Amino acid sequence: MTGPGDLERDDAALGAQAPSGGFRKGAFGVSGSGDTSGFGGLVRVEPGGAVALHSTERPYGGWFDEVTDALVEAVGQATYDAAVSRVLVDRGEITYFVAREHLLALVRALRDDEALRFELCSSVSGVDYLDSGGPATGAHRPRLHVVYHLTSMTYRRRIRLEVAVTAEDPHVPSVTGTYPTADWHERETYDMFGVVFDGHPALTRILMPDDWDGHPQRKDYPLGGVPVEYHDATIPPPDTRRAYR
Amino acid sequence: MTTTSDPYAGSRETTEGRVYTVTGGDWDLTLGTEAYGAERLVVNMGPQHPSTHGVLRLVLDLEGETVTKARVVIGYLHTGIEKNTEYRNWTQGTTFVTRMDYLSPLFNEAAYCMAVEKLLGIEVPPRAQTIRVLVMEINRIASHLVGLATGGMELGALTAMTNGFREREMALDLLEEITGLRMNHAYIRPGGLAQDLPDSAVGSIRQFLEIMPGRVADFHRLLTGQPIWQRRLKDVGWLDVSGCVALGVTGPVLRAAGLPWDLRKVEPYLGYQTYDFEVPTADTSDAWGRYLVRMAEVNESLKLIAQALDRLEPGPVMVEDRKIAWPAQLSLGPDGMGNSAEHVAHIMGQSMEALIHHFKLVTEGFRVPAGQVYVPIESPRGELGYHVVSDGSTRPWRVHVRDPSFVNLQATAAMSEGGMIADVIAAIASIDPVMGGVDR
Repeated sequence: MTGPGDLERDDAALGAQAPSGGFRKGAFGVSGSGDTSGFGGLVRVEPGGAVALHSTERPYGGWFDEVTDALVEAVGQATYDAAVSRVLVDRGEITYFVAREHLLALVRALRDDEALRFELCSSVSGVDYLDSGGPATGAHRPRLHVVYHLTSMTYRRRIRLEVAVTAEDPHVPSVTGTYPTADWHERETYDMFGVVFDGHPALTRILMPDDWDGHPQRKDYPLGGVPVEYHDATIPPPDTRRAYR
Repeated sequence: MTTTSDPYAGSRETTEGRVYTVTGGDWDLTLGTEAYGAERLVVNMGPQHPSTHGVLRLVLDLEGETVTKARVVIGYLHTGIEKNTEYRNWTQGTTFVTRMDYLSPLFNEAAYCMAVEKLLGIEVPPRAQTIRVLVMEINRIASHLVGLATGGMELGALTAMTNGFREREMALDLLEEITGLRMNHAYIRPGGLAQDLPDSAVGSIRQFLEIMPGRVADFHRLLTGQPIWQRRLKDVGWLDVSGCVALGVTGPVLRAAGLPWDLRKVEPYLGYQTYDFEVPTADTSDAWGRYLVRMAEVNESLKLIAQALDRLEPGPVMVEDRKIAWPAQLSLGPDGMGNSAEHVAHIMGQSMEALIHHFKLVTEGFRVPAGQVYVPIESPRGELGYHVVSDGSTRPWRVHVRDPSFVNLQATAAMSEGGMIADVIAAIASIDPVMGGVDR
């Protein structure tokens, strides 16, 4: 199983030199397969990876600066600096990477401040970045990201907040106090990724059965293979099949 | 006159004979006086129930016929589509997402493909954009008609059901003629469309446009003035604008509360800003307003279809970039829909490079630059948003769908608590949830 900006496990030293991306080996995501296509020895440096660690410098352009200024004014420069670790403007969308301690103060200001007015929480969901997501290694990797999409109906703007936590300490404060609509979104994110939303009124599974083990949309959740009726063969789970990466 | 002291059937002598009064008279002694106030009954409605719009389970706390608490249990139709897309290439994703909200498959396809195209940084040709608008609006009519038909059936208006499905059949026939399938079309693909409009389609659509306005008028004659229909819907499932926004409710429910929030107007995509259409609203905030808004939206969709037909110019329906574009000129062969004979002759007989391209595209797929996007569009039920993350490979890293049915269904408790149990049905029907989208 590989992640975006995947680090080859036997190339840890190489990976350390390139914290913002990773390396891919071969045309298929497997090693030692006897691949004679000539692509087995191919090593490619990923251009950034899905969670490129670079951040956008100001000015962000368009109304992004307006919103950021209003946010700084609403919560105070000190809180903003502590809360927002970096800002990424990509494909016309702005993402604020937020520390979980300050999430509630931030969303309350985003909803209520007259210059911000993000009244609608369109979506809350999770992304499991597994092996990427920061220079920290192993258990300290903030691999689970909770992504909030907020919409300002007043100004017709959309922003994205992203909170990253580790799988060992997957606690994020619940925003249901500010956005009641986040109720089911957070339950789904808990169900699928095991992120625990502290302060949620009833954090239970929502799509999977109540007695289900594990959190299926985590990238390391085991996928079942399919037994084949003859020759004692099985179709391997999709994540271990030979596939282009 | 004597009275007996039987606790369950006291009797007294009258001139007509002995009269028993069966009371169960020791309830006061056994339960205390409060017990009468707590005539509480918990009823499980669903998951298999003809009025729950699919496999939806409602746990209702009743006092008499009044609902004091309504809880919604979902997940019975969960199929893990979001997870599945992570193990298929970008083009194959279309065939998965189209099966989520099965009453508006083309909206799922369009939103997914627009997200992939935004990640790729490409723009689809004008003809493909126009045809996307065309098929989506036909789909919107079909979806609203099902909402009306099943909603009517749940309230006992069976003619609304038979008429609604009859009219929807015309829309599905059109979609079948255009895409080859009635549902789950996989017609819209990243980069454009699977194939161009067939020659006969324009005529069929024009015929549809001539018939439909009369049929909409028939619905108004059948239902709008009808006292039973009015009394089942008016003041039922009430939710105002602030309630809608707090609960994330969008689409006809929000517009029936008076806010003209339609993403086709406020955040136009696919050139919707160049079309002439209105955003119907109502100010009643109830199921009645939602019915009127949906009926008016059918008329607006007819206007949009007519305009889309008028502006159809000949041209490609797939991007020019051969690294992305799947063959979009399919034809019907003896073994079903497939690549056209010209395309097969070209790749097999004339061009080695074309064969390699075809092979690489089909087996490997194209790579999408790393990043994430969120693309919202206005589906028949509200804001349908696709949050798509790419890690730069040939498969999505994550596809999350903000399905409007999922979000809107949260309003069930707010709409039905304190009302009658029969109104729960009307309230849920007015949300028009599709469980395939709710559970994904």
